[in-house]
Amino acid sequence: MTGSWALVRLILRRDRFILPLWVVVFGLLPITQTSAIAGLYTGEAELRRFAASMDANPAFTALYGHVLDWNAAALGLWRGGFTPVLVGLAVLLTVIRHTRAEEETGRRELLGSTVLSRHAGLTSALIVTTAASLVIGLIVLATFAAEYPVEGALAAGLGYAGTGIVFAAVGALAAQLTENAGGARGIAIAVLGGAYLLRGAGDTTDASWLSWLSPVAWPQRMRPFAGETWWPFALFVALAAALCCAAYLLAGRRDVAAGLLPPRLGPATAAPALAGPFALAWRLHRGSLLAWTLGFAVLGVVMGAAANAAMSAMAENKRLLDMLARLGGASAQSDMFVAAVLGIFGIAVSGYAVQAVLRMRAEETAQRAEPLLATPATRVAWTASHLVVAVLGPAAVLAVLGLSLGLTYGLGSGDVGTHLPRVLGASLAQLPAVWVLAAVATALFGVLPRLAAAAWGVLAAFLLFGQLGALLDLPEAVLDLSPFTHLPRLPGGDPEFTPYAVLTAIAAVLLAAGVYGFRRRDVAT
Amino acid sequence: MTNVITVSGLSKSFGRTRALDGLNLQVRAGEVHGFLGPNGAGKSTTIRVLLGLLRADSGTVRLLGGDPWKDAVELHRRLAYVPGDVTLWPNLSGGEVIDLLGRLRGGLDPRRRAELIERFELDPRKKGRAYSKGNRQKVALVAALASDAELLLLDEPTSGLDPLMEAVFTDCVREVKEQGRTVLLSSHILAEVEKLCDRVSIIRDGRTVETGTLDELRHLTRTSITAELASPVNGLAGVHDLRVDGSRVSFQVDTDRLDEVLKHLSASGVRSLTSRPPTLEELFMRHYRDESLAGAR
Repeated sequence: MTGSWALVRLILRRDRFILPLWVVVFGLLPITQTSAIAGLYTGEAELRRFAASMDANPAFTALYGHVLDWNAAALGLWRGGFTPVLVGLAVLLTVIRHTRAEEETGRRELLGSTVLSRHAGLTSALIVTTAASLVIGLIVLATFAAEYPVEGALAAGLGYAGTGIVFAAVGALAAQLTENAGGARGIAIAVLGGAYLLRGAGDTTDASWLSWLSPVAWPQRMRPFAGETWWPFALFVALAAALCCAAYLLAGRRDVAAGLLPPRLGPATAAPALAGPFALAWRLHRGSLLAWTLGFAVLGVVMGAAANAAMSAMAENKRLLDMLARLGGASAQSDMFVAAVLGIFGIAVSGYAVQAVLRMRAEETAQRAEPLLATPATRVAWTASHLVVAVLGPAAVLAVLGLSLGLTYGLGSGDVGTHLPRVLGASLAQLPAVWVLAAVATALFGVLPRLAAAAWGVLAAFLLFGQLGALLDLPEAVLDLSPFTHLPRLPGGDPEFTPYAVLTAIAAVLLAAGVYGFRRRDVAT
Repeated sequence: MTNVITVSGLSKSFGRTRALDGLNLQVRAGEVHGFLGPNGAGKSTTIRVLLGLLRADSGTVRLLGGDPWKDAVELHRRLAYVPGDVTLWPNLSGGEVIDLLGRLRGGLDPRRRAELIERFELDPRKKGRAYSKGNRQKVALVAALASDAELLLLDEPTSGLDPLMEAVFTDCVREVKEQGRTVLLSSHILAEVEKLCDRVSIIRDGRTVETGTLDELRHLTRTSITAELASPVNGLAGVHDLRVDGSRVSFQVDTDRLDEVLKHLSASGVRSLTSRPPTLEELFMRHYRDESLAGAR
């Protein structure tokens, strides 16, 4: 424990902006969504009808879990069913950032030579993330307790805090496995994604026991505002304790900076193909591009299956089918679902595009661009080598997503010929908006390099506009800032030409501005 | 003799920090030029301007007959660079980086590559993240030395190398010089510069304070003299750090007063005399001292 508190202060100093930001945002999201639903559906009858229609649609069950009760608080928490996953993501990234990433850069070694216990790094990261999880839980408790029954508020808060604590421990364990932080992040995020998919599978099929294996499902198993059950909180505590024990055990057995999975030697000479900036960029990007492509292929299958489940459930429910027929028919309904899923995934793929662009900034600040730019490789070629990945990579990811989603959806509904091209087209139709995000990041990199990371803020704002804009009643002028607002809803909508052309043109202009800016500015030293 | 590098009145600011303030530098073709200065004097900034990575605020910079900012790509075909702090891609092996950089410069000689890897005792199969600082430095050095570039820009190239590897580096630079290539060697290790360099420029606070051959610079400084005399000496004027211990005297004397002082000494009967030419160390220390005096003022 020696030195842990000093390191806690160091972590708080380094994360003094980002940590409070996500703690407060994630803490307030559930009550925001609850208030929005309470505002849209007034009175028991409307709420009951909303709850029934939502619960009848297995696609929503796959995304958010089961609707447990018709009251506004239960519905708001259900609608925010994805937020615990985001909490898990934030805590595991924070833990790895302050453990494995510190070891990888050698800063841990500098600190380790001072009066510091062997486990102080791990302990301090766990203290901070556990505290952050508890604060999120407290915000949820306080905001719900002000308007709704306190028992439900407590169960909701415990659910959020518990998820955070468990995934902090997942991050702690993953940080012991690999020598590089990127690998540890990959492992931990795969565990989180697997847990989310497991919950979706358990909630939409007869094998509901599957959900019990997923910590992401446990907040709902505590049934806040729906007849609270308290004992699932013990699951969080037990799992977190077990994972932490494993992490400490591994940390105690290994050398500083060493991993459990041994590093491998590389080739003594480069393959003939590794001969220019483009070959290098491909080498640097290929791992993460492959991971994204595979991840979205799996998500496509899961969501295609969910859309099918939605179709068959609606076919059994005569009354719902009649109601839906008036709204455009059951197929229009599942189209809407596919369009909604593609809308969310489009923003996620923009995350990939932004990350690919910002890789340039990372290469520059790590001084790895310098030796390349001191060769006859031009700045434009070097920039283009990364931008090709940022522009074509999302196309590959969206194509694979469209294929797997369209194929699963088409196979289930027995009409691959119709659905596959429609869904593939709809998926690729997200590209112009994705490119705008990539271009915003490029322009920032070229013109305002110090603010390049603000591209993430732009992406987060657009995500919020899409998810909460209508609920929060934001003015249209604000919503119009997001390129995703302008995309026609596909499949099912009218694929107009103009928005695509305008968005692509905006992206092209911003990309050109970024490249031009980088040609003219100093390279970071 | 033609100049490979001509810099005059070069200034560069980062925000309010003035990194270079009217710097002058002339490097002649075929010489090894020492670029000396304390940390933060502006050595790396100058080299980055020469590479066209930074844009000069004012002053003229010519490199191999071109403008390093405008003609960067053409000039880069003819030079090789070793950064002061080498960072490698964590998932590329050292051998891959050497080949990549070599191919970007237009190819490297595989025989020379193999020979250099052998001489520097580098394991080219290790991944970038597994190398120590010295080994990362070796990767960049092998890549640069294996090239046919006519100009080598080396930014503190031996930082992190052990003395044995430093000796290998010294040999390599001598070979490069024999081939008629030009080297700009930035350093704060004086012994290295004394061993290798034909001419030296000393910079401080972004300005050139001395430039010339080592001999020329020694004229600017003092010779240390220790003498055993037959009778006590009186009135040794114009000497520094005078210490008298019975018949033994030791002092330093400005080079232009050497003759006068020696005459004065021989008048007292010299039994033994040792004189030591000024080392670059002393030269350098004098500039540091001036700096700290200026700071105290």
